Amino acid sequence: MNAGYELPLDEAAYSFGFLDEFAKREIRRTVLKAISIPGYQTPYASREMPMGRGFGTGGLQLTLSLVGAGDTLKVIDQGSDDSVNAVNLRQFVELTCPGVNTTEHTAEASLIQSRHRIPEVALTEQQVLVLQVPYPDPLVVVEPSEARRKVMHGEGDYSRLLTKLYEDIVQFNEITISHRYPTRINGHYVIDPSPIPRYDIPRLHQSKALVLLGAGRERKIYAVPPYTEAVPLAFDDVPFRTEDFLDEQGQRRACARCGARDSFLDELIGDDGRKTWHCSDSDYCNDRLADQSQPSAEFVR
Amino acid sequence: MKKILEVRGLAKIHGRGCAHCIDSTGPEMDTNICAHCGSVVATHGVSFDLHEGEILGIMGESGSGKSTVVKTLFFDDAPSAGEALFFHGERQWNLFDLNAAQQRWLRNHRFGMVYQNPHLGLNFNVTAGGNIAERLLMSDLAHYGEIRERARQLLSRTEVLPERMDESPRKFSGGMQQRVQIAKALATRPPLLFLDEVTTGLDLSVQARILDLILEIQQELGTAMIVVTHDLGVIRLLAGRTIVMKYGRVIESGLTDQILEDPQHAYTQRLVASAL
Repeated sequence: MNAGYELPLDEAAYSFGFLDEFAKREIRRTVLKAISIPGYQTPYASREMPMGRGFGTGGLQLTLSLVGAGDTLKVIDQGSDDSVNAVNLRQFVELTCPGVNTTEHTAEASLIQSRHRIPEVALTEQQVLVLQVPYPDPLVVVEPSEARRKVMHGEGDYSRLLTKLYEDIVQFNEITISHRYPTRINGHYVIDPSPIPRYDIPRLHQSKALVLLGAGRERKIYAVPPYTEAVPLAFDDVPFRTEDFLDEQGQRRACARCGARDSFLDELIGDDGRKTWHCSDSDYCNDRLADQSQPSAEFVR
Repeated sequence: MKKILEVRGLAKIHGRGCAHCIDSTGPEMDTNICAHCGSVVATHGVSFDLHEGEILGIMGESGSGKSTVVKTLFFDDAPSAGEALFFHGERQWNLFDLNAAQQRWLRNHRFGMVYQNPHLGLNFNVTAGGNIAERLLMSDLAHYGEIRERARQLLSRTEVLPERMDESPRKFSGGMQQRVQIAKALATRPPLLFLDEVTTGLDLSVQARILDLILEIQQELGTAMIVVTHDLGVIRLLAGRTIVMKYGRVIESGLTDQILEDPQHAYTQRLVASAL
């Protein structure tokens, strides 16, 4: 989107947040229901958005119905504030929601819309995290019929999902699900926590911030309310494992930019074919870089 | 002997049904389709008791309603009328009064089913071991090592090579698929097992070994079974007591020896005579 673009005058009469008031009210009502039944995929009437389905329309509808003047919004895509998807969504909100501030700093944001990552910095009770979801139902890999899936969810029947994990261990000696790891919320419903890596799953557990997940194409909203159990499916003797980022010597890799050894890393292949690892969360990485330059500045002074 | 299952007046009508359905169907009328409303009376008025460790045979021709009886008891199909009580330990369950979740619990924890077609009982997209694991996971076992070990034991018990447990049952022969199905059904050591035409379509030597296996399991575990078949040989070998069905009604019941040696109903007489 062109940053200098302004709505034509005859279209300037859009409501705040692009969606009409009825749509926003319906989505808010759905959000309330989703919070009341943690992990339950609450159906809602997903609106057409001025972007293709699959580009975060579910998350955007949640954001637009929650955001208000005075809110500070952060939009990230795979941890980065500067990728196309994040920039477009942020500009769209700036265009349609006058009075809403945007930021790239996790700590300053009151509302964070994210695609495929949870920020490295721990979220607080004052923050809401909105995740964009392509496939809301974890059971879709084992049961094609949605009617039957609903019954399975209702009865808490996830044995076929566990069978899939069993098959993984038989074949590969390890559970091979790298993202969208099925996670049980509040002891009943198992959710597909959107394509966040395994690394982020523990952050859902007893999260201080409210986590809302919106699937635009599939028309579902679900929630992990604050201070709620979120337990990844696993076997008693094969515990859930997150990415460890060990190099050949068994050392934890560090970010090539900021040197962090406690963040989720992206593997980058340079022009010379050599691999480097960078923090996936750009704000976290930049903050660390700024911190590193500051002490030395003080030292000089 | 302790009673494990008590079935009274079990009925299943496919269709709207009318006041004349019962009178206008059955062996006397030589049909199970109601002439007035076109409904199919699959079974009507089926009553029997089953005791612990006993094998009951249900015999009859195709369309006699014998599979329907087993399907309703295993909750694959809802009955139109009748009641069934299941006793285990100190508890009893009124099968048709349970809600879906309770029925599923009983199915997973207390019942086992072996279908004629392995496609119904097995998931061909997962390995043989995975099929057994699924059943163990349904009964709330979540220890990988233990599941592996139980699956290996069950498969070797049912004479499937444990080395092949990580292959899809799609690659197995018909007899082996049936063995995997039996292993799966036995995974939770159910007190009650339903066998629906388990040997139909298998060659004679494989049939004999599967029947041997079923008898051994019954002696070892004391599992009560209901065996549905149209094969007199299976009935003779397995069942202590037998009921004979035709057009949805029970026309004869009693000890298997008695029925085979001295059949009373004309249909049973013809059936026994034709098999010899």
